[in-house]
Amino acid sequence: MITLNLSMTLVVGVLYAVGFYLLLQRSLMRVLLGIVVLGHGANLLLQLAGGPPGRAPVVGGAPVAEFTDPLPQALALTAIVITFALTTFLLALGYRSWVLLGHDEVQDDVEDRRIARQDRSTGSMADDDAGVP
Amino acid sequence: MNTLVTLPVLLPMLGAGLTVVGSRSATLQRVIGIVVLTTVAVLAAVLLAVADATGPIVIEMGGWAPPVGIALVADRLAALLLLVSTLVTLAVLVYSIDQRIADYGRETPSTTFHPMYLLLCAGVSLAYLTGDLFTLFVAFEVMLASSYVLITRRTNASRIRSGMTYVTVSLTSSLLFLTTVALVYAATGTVNLADLAGRVGELPAGLRTLLGLLVVVVFGIKAAIVPLHFWLPDSYPNAPAPVTALFAGLLTKVGIYALLRTQTLIFPQGQGWTLMLCLAAGTMIIGALGALAQNDLNRLLSFLLVSHIGFMLFGLAVFDIDGIAGTLLYVVHHITVQACLFLVSGLITRRTGTVALDQMGGLAQVSPALAVLFAVPALTLAGLPPTSGFVAKLALLQAGAGAGVATSAVAGVVILSSLLTLYALTRVWVRVFWGEPRPPLPDPDPTDDLVVGYRVDTEADDRGGRFAGRGQHRHRGARRPAVRDHHPRRH
Repeated sequence: MITLNLSMTLVVGVLYAVGFYLLLQRSLMRVLLGIVVLGHGANLLLQLAGGPPGRAPVVGGAPVAEFTDPLPQALALTAIVITFALTTFLLALGYRSWVLLGHDEVQDDVEDRRIARQDRSTGSMADDDAGVP
Repeated sequence: MNTLVTLPVLLPMLGAGLTVVGSRSATLQRVIGIVVLTTVAVLAAVLLAVADATGPIVIEMGGWAPPVGIALVADRLAALLLLVSTLVTLAVLVYSIDQRIADYGRETPSTTFHPMYLLLCAGVSLAYLTGDLFTLFVAFEVMLASSYVLITRRTNASRIRSGMTYVTVSLTSSLLFLTTVALVYAATGTVNLADLAGRVGELPAGLRTLLGLLVVVVFGIKAAIVPLHFWLPDSYPNAPAPVTALFAGLLTKVGIYALLRTQTLIFPQGQGWTLMLCLAAGTMIIGALGALAQNDLNRLLSFLLVSHIGFMLFGLAVFDIDGIAGTLLYVVHHITVQACLFLVSGLITRRTGTVALDQMGGLAQVSPALAVLFAVPALTLAGLPPTSGFVAKLALLQAGAGAGVATSAVAGVVILSSLLTLYALTRVWVRVFWGEPRPPLPDPDPTDDLVVGYRVDTEADDRGGRFAGRGQHRHRGARRPAVRDHHPRRH
């Protein structure tokens, strides 16, 4: 039975919580940060999945039994590259949104707007404005 | 022989590189695209024949044995789907080339379309062929990253909106996938699918269920299972017709394939999988009802796409050989038919200049050929005999009817949902093809290769500003006037 590193587990948990919280925000910039934080959490979790720390897994550097598991490191490296690339893409998209729309807020989806329009025709408009802080 | 398995992945990647190098010549790009995809289609046919005759073809990349190395596996399922997908991508490529020549003339190359298109094909091939959970993640990323570019090409305001939804949702599901991979590795010490099949059985039942559910959520988002479908009808209709057709045909089905692969191999269920039955029934009904509420042709087709994902889930939920066979039949049928319907929708909107059903009419008189082109895939999707839809649905119904009370009840939902599909498509038929012919609406933005803007519901609201998101009331920073980008015609 492998014992779990409690502090690392807590860090991963906090990263996921913060990531998902930011993901639910309106501004695309915060969504982007959320994805970055979530990506860090996932990569850390991959590292954690490899078991306890050990020697660097270089052939001849140490006895094989003392090696740390190299596979999760390889996986995390790939994942980091992918998250990095997609983060830059999302940044570009956010900038494009700023240029085209003048803001980087995630907009309501079409169905929401149609329902809102129906609400309006049935006269519940007041609620809609009251919800704005 | 074994090296053949790598070519469906490597050739499109090589082709993508070549189309970037040769981006000055439109003809060269088109030739590369068509040659590469034709070769992959032939290869897939060969792989299918060999896999059928001699069993799965396996190659360990770089000679590293699993679980350290990456294995590519072409069995009958993977090879069959690879063949069908490649044929559809080839057909869509020909359509898009033809449409582009019609719009821009023969000499206009595109710097992004062809490379991204081929990369997407490489990702799809890798997703089918991989024998390893992490490589499946990489394949999804290759596929999705190209699809992000394709869906946000030549951005305008509405495409930014749909692109954001699409990218954010897909990225979130990818990170959940990564989490699942990490947890699976932590629990079993391997990510190789064949290894996992043996080791997952040793895990405690609760942990196994948790991992299985995580996999369902991850691929559920990618395959657009209700209630994780909300992003699909919001993002697909905004892309140009060939891109929508490609996405609708392939991307969700790759999600279904991954679900099928992981659930049958790693997390086998007992007979009649209640959760999946409920999801299947919900997906079928909500998708079909959503389609009935639409006035936008492409959104209607997107909701029908969601609805028919439920049919595939139904076969998976039955979880016996008949059920899985029905699902496979349905996947093959649906890839071709759904892509075909979106392509025809592209032709219709080119003729009418709008996607709003209530502004069309009389197209049967103006172009009878188009009416036939629409009628054939529409009837196939609804499942009228003697089309492939009928065969696939019959297989599903037979599998469901013999597997217990609950599945029989959901088999009833299958029939109901087929009727609703038929009703939705009949409404399209009546509104688009019957009635008095109308003159085509003028194209509001001739530089855009999406023939019509997405302005049935969104633009009017945007102008009013009232419902276009409360963000509009309270955005921070200086509001700049919306800059209309003036692209030159090539991009």
